[in-house]
Amino acid sequence: MSKREKWVYALGVSGTVLLIVNLYRILLVLGDEMQQGAIYRIIYFHVPAAFIGWTLFLAALVASALYLWKKDLAFDGFAASAIEVGWVFCSINLVTGMIWGRIIWGIWWTWDPRLTSMFICWLLYGGYIVLRSAIDDAGQRATVSAVLAIFAFADVPIVFMAIRWWRTQHPSPVLETGGLAPEMRLPFWLNVFVFLLIGLAITLVRVDQEDTQRELEGLRRRAF
Amino acid sequence: MDKRNFLYLFYGLTLAWGLLAAYLFILMQRSRKLRAEVDRVKRMVGDNER
Repeated sequence: MSKREKWVYALGVSGTVLLIVNLYRILLVLGDEMQQGAIYRIIYFHVPAAFIGWTLFLAALVASALYLWKKDLAFDGFAASAIEVGWVFCSINLVTGMIWGRIIWGIWWTWDPRLTSMFICWLLYGGYIVLRSAIDDAGQRATVSAVLAIFAFADVPIVFMAIRWWRTQHPSPVLETGGLAPEMRLPFWLNVFVFLLIGLAITLVRVDQEDTQRELEGLRRRAF
Repeated sequence: MDKRNFLYLFYGLTLAWGLLAAYLFILMQRSRKLRAEVDRVKRMVGDNER
């Protein structure tokens, strides 16, 4: 078993164990929120999914800049992996947010700055994934992808700041203003940690695939 | 309200973990295909060099 595989198992298993413990606490121990009832529990999945998505996009930004500097395809592989996994977490954030909004606002979607900027983020990184599959030459693909990853990241701070800059349908920040009850804080941050462990484990699996893909491209050049 | 509240919470959690599970399934399939392709091309390279 390689060192990377050991890390995948360690992160995956510890993430799953912590998740089970935390799910028990979130679903069976914690009481309902006074105004929202049971549906508020979506916060334990909706917000961590966004945090991990943004963290992976930031990691991809750094890796893409490093690729443009060093021209090492390993950085490109890492950036592609982080973006694909981040995009899945971004999708989870959007879907859970829509379900939460349906109950609290009575609508599935509204074009307010937070939701719209997050949707643009999802589209930009979705475009990155599609673009990569459309370019055959590895060097050209890596350069174009790196530039797009850097360009796309410009939207992430806008998404983060949207609820601070504009009056939005989406609630204002609750974490930094103490809006979350003390007993809800530990399970919330534990779930952020769990999502981080799971996100890292999946990213490592995806990085392994990128390495195998590069090995395959090298073998193909020798074979034909 | 409360019944719908629980139902939508269930939908939310099912979709969140369902999306992640579907992605993991796609990753596993992709890994399997990649490994099979590497083995096939390695055999071809071996044949060519012999």
